[in-house]
Amino acid sequence: MVPGKLPYWAENILLPILNLMAALLVSALVIWGLGEDPFLAMALIFEGAFGFEEAISYTLYYATNFIFTGLAVSLAFHAGHFNIGGEGQAMIGGLGLTLAVFMIGDTFPVLAVVCAIAGAALFGAAWAYIPAYLQAKRGSHIVITTIMFNFIASAFLAYMLVGPLQRPGGQMPESRDFPEGAVLTPLNELMAAVGWSFEEGPMNVSLLIALFCAWGVWFLLWRTRFGYELRVTGQNKNAAEFAGISVPRMTIIALMLSGALAGMMGLNELLGEQHRLLGNFTLGYGFVGIAVAFMGRNHPVGIILAAVLFGALYQGGAELAFEMPTITRDLIVMIQGLVILFAGAMEHMFRKPLTALFMRFPKREAV
Amino acid sequence: MSQKLAIETRELSKRFGEVKANDTIDLQVHKGTIHGIVGENGAGKSTLLKMLFGFYQPDNGDILINGKFVRFANPAGAMASGVGMVHQHFMLVEPFTVLENIILGAEGSRNLAEAKRKARIVLLELEEKFGFDLPLDTPVENLPVGVRQRAEILKALYKGAEILILDEPTAVLTPQECVQLFELIKLLKAQGKTILFVTHKLNEIMAVTDDVTVIRAGRIVTRTETKTTSSSKLAELMVGAKISRQVERCGEARGKARLKLVDVSAANDQGHVSLKKISFDLIDGEVLGIAGVAGNGQTELLEVVTGTRPVTEGFVEFSDKVVSTTDTITDPISLRRAGMGHVAEDRLKTGIVENMSAKENIILGYQRENDFNQHGILRRSHIAKKADEYFENQDVRPRNPSLMIGAFSGGNQQKIVIARELARTPQLMVIGQPTRGVDIGAVTKIHDQIIALRNEGKAVLVVSADLDELLAISDRIAVMCEGEIIGIVPVEVADEQTLGLMMAGAKPAMISVGEA
Repeated sequence: MVPGKLPYWAENILLPILNLMAALLVSALVIWGLGEDPFLAMALIFEGAFGFEEAISYTLYYATNFIFTGLAVSLAFHAGHFNIGGEGQAMIGGLGLTLAVFMIGDTFPVLAVVCAIAGAALFGAAWAYIPAYLQAKRGSHIVITTIMFNFIASAFLAYMLVGPLQRPGGQMPESRDFPEGAVLTPLNELMAAVGWSFEEGPMNVSLLIALFCAWGVWFLLWRTRFGYELRVTGQNKNAAEFAGISVPRMTIIALMLSGALAGMMGLNELLGEQHRLLGNFTLGYGFVGIAVAFMGRNHPVGIILAAVLFGALYQGGAELAFEMPTITRDLIVMIQGLVILFAGAMEHMFRKPLTALFMRFPKREAV
Repeated sequence: MSQKLAIETRELSKRFGEVKANDTIDLQVHKGTIHGIVGENGAGKSTLLKMLFGFYQPDNGDILINGKFVRFANPAGAMASGVGMVHQHFMLVEPFTVLENIILGAEGSRNLAEAKRKARIVLLELEEKFGFDLPLDTPVENLPVGVRQRAEILKALYKGAEILILDEPTAVLTPQECVQLFELIKLLKAQGKTILFVTHKLNEIMAVTDDVTVIRAGRIVTRTETKTTSSSKLAELMVGAKISRQVERCGEARGKARLKLVDVSAANDQGHVSLKKISFDLIDGEVLGIAGVAGNGQTELLEVVTGTRPVTEGFVEFSDKVVSTTDTITDPISLRRAGMGHVAEDRLKTGIVENMSAKENIILGYQRENDFNQHGILRRSHIAKKADEYFENQDVRPRNPSLMIGAFSGGNQQKIVIARELARTPQLMVIGQPTRGVDIGAVTKIHDQIIALRNEGKAVLVVSADLDELLAISDRIAVMCEGEIIGIVPVEVADEQTLGLMMAGAKPAMISVGEA
């Protein structure tokens, strides 16, 4: 056994669960400190997230955002880059989507939806292209540039929404509504069509698109030559050059794919639910994607699970704030923050003791 | 010889999972002697050293320093007990001066100027006593490797080392620098220091040590006075079976020039000229060895030949086709397709992807070939089949291509890499450090395969830091120093002495300088 290495299941299942438990434990202590019953609070979160059909619809609706942004972070990560720009790429993707809808949505609503999906991906990819190019050709650090590009995207979107795209006569930074029909169908309507009645909710076809993207990312990374070259580049740049892979080219392509995935987040928020472009519709989902990717161990299946967890925290947290007046919206943000802290930043906290524990009971392992 | 023991271990054991890296080691090192430890790669030498220096904690057994039981929680604890270590890879901060490096971690004052002033006095005394002559105010990055090593030794002495552990100290030195090191070691011994000298080069053990301990598979197989043994006997004990390093070469080099370099110059990553007007022909059916102290342009030469570094002057031809000129460079994939195999010099850094399975590593560089992918989709069952085949042919252990390649020993990794590069019957095989970090059993097999290639009429270019290896397998040996080829000598007239002088840059007139 390689010293200091955990078995697969402990690394990928036990460790994330331990991290989550630690986060919930600290949250429980805070809730208890506020004079509320932590067990009741946890039960309310769970109930609020999964207890009834509409709750599930909301949970999966939020999860859809996180699947897109989590996949975006992980794809870049497999290529050896830290794309912090999911937020900005999502905003610009949303802009691309909106432009496509407004251009042809009135005349060809169905075609507009297809174009909107492509527009979201293309604009997201284009927004990622600039930092990617700067990284590949100029060596500007992608972490710094993508963070800066989030601000630029935010400012640009705000300009568009108080300028050219603002709802005629409106005061809010938002566009006019998308044309009827140029939107993504809610899933409950689709389910009703096959005879499964499900309560109305925001969950829409984007969830299926997100799941398809997750499968696509898995297939791309582990089943194609391109994915192989991408992972080699991420693991060992010298080996990539040795194998004839152009590292700058791979950097640019991987980050554009990452940007495309982040850009598609707007499908869920805008095309699926809001049916208009809003000022800051991304609401930090791009950043949460980083935690989702980490917690999901950068594997699509893990990302889906982590996305559902965060979706549940968003939805269940909102319910909790509603049910327990002492628990404010801020405290919910804190609980989410704790999960990110334990699953992301302090990810390695339990690794060492756990490894020590496993070393104590050595199992048959190859050398 | 004094009867007092400087280091004693009693049933010292350490295991990693199933592997007993050290199994009840009873080491006895007498005070004021030079004690050699030999063993193959992976025999457990490093593990033992790391326990003696507090990097690892033993699972079982005890360590006694000067007769006192000790437990080192970390290297600082070991240093406090007077144990110093010079690592194989130096622990020096390159932009810092020698003085700054030596006092690092033992500044003794918050005021750096004062600390340096105090340290300088102590160091000058030490230098006097042990016959050092180090440029204390020169940044380490400007010093040759041999001097850096002396700085490391002085650092250990400054921190109060009475027992000095030298881990493979000669791996990076020229033969001349080795001689200097041995003189220094003997002087240190004369001053009462105890030296633990770890190596896998037996002639060094015979040359300098008083006693020798042989380790094999985590256990001590013998402990003896050096003068009562011989290097062939030690070699036998090390591997547990008699080995012969004679390889059979048959036939003369024949055919045409497979690889041709004409006035090739190139710059390294920092933009410094690292190849200066290199010219040579490599003929089918020939093994051309490149000798030289590490860092004299061998790496850049390999990169230029394999299409990963542009030339600034001259040109490279392979199979009568231009590989690179100042304007063009052929990419590694095209070169492989044209019949060039490449075993990378630095396996972990370049030749493999550690965190991928062995299976995934066997397609590295060949991932775009049609048998490994179809329309961009990996043909996984074919890859798995090939991996099994490679493992079988090369006797890779454990026989499981799904394991991460990083989990295999160095020798087995190298077998996998060689299988990968041999699989497409290259016309030219470029090999950097064919047996670095490879155990003796595998060394013989790798050498045999190189010679077999040659005998089939293929051309082989080998860069190696190991002169014995080059002497054993090459037809001609080119010696590089500071980016130049000092000379090319046929192996029949080459010996370690002349090669050593050439490695240091001397162009001896009596050496016929090949066709360079």
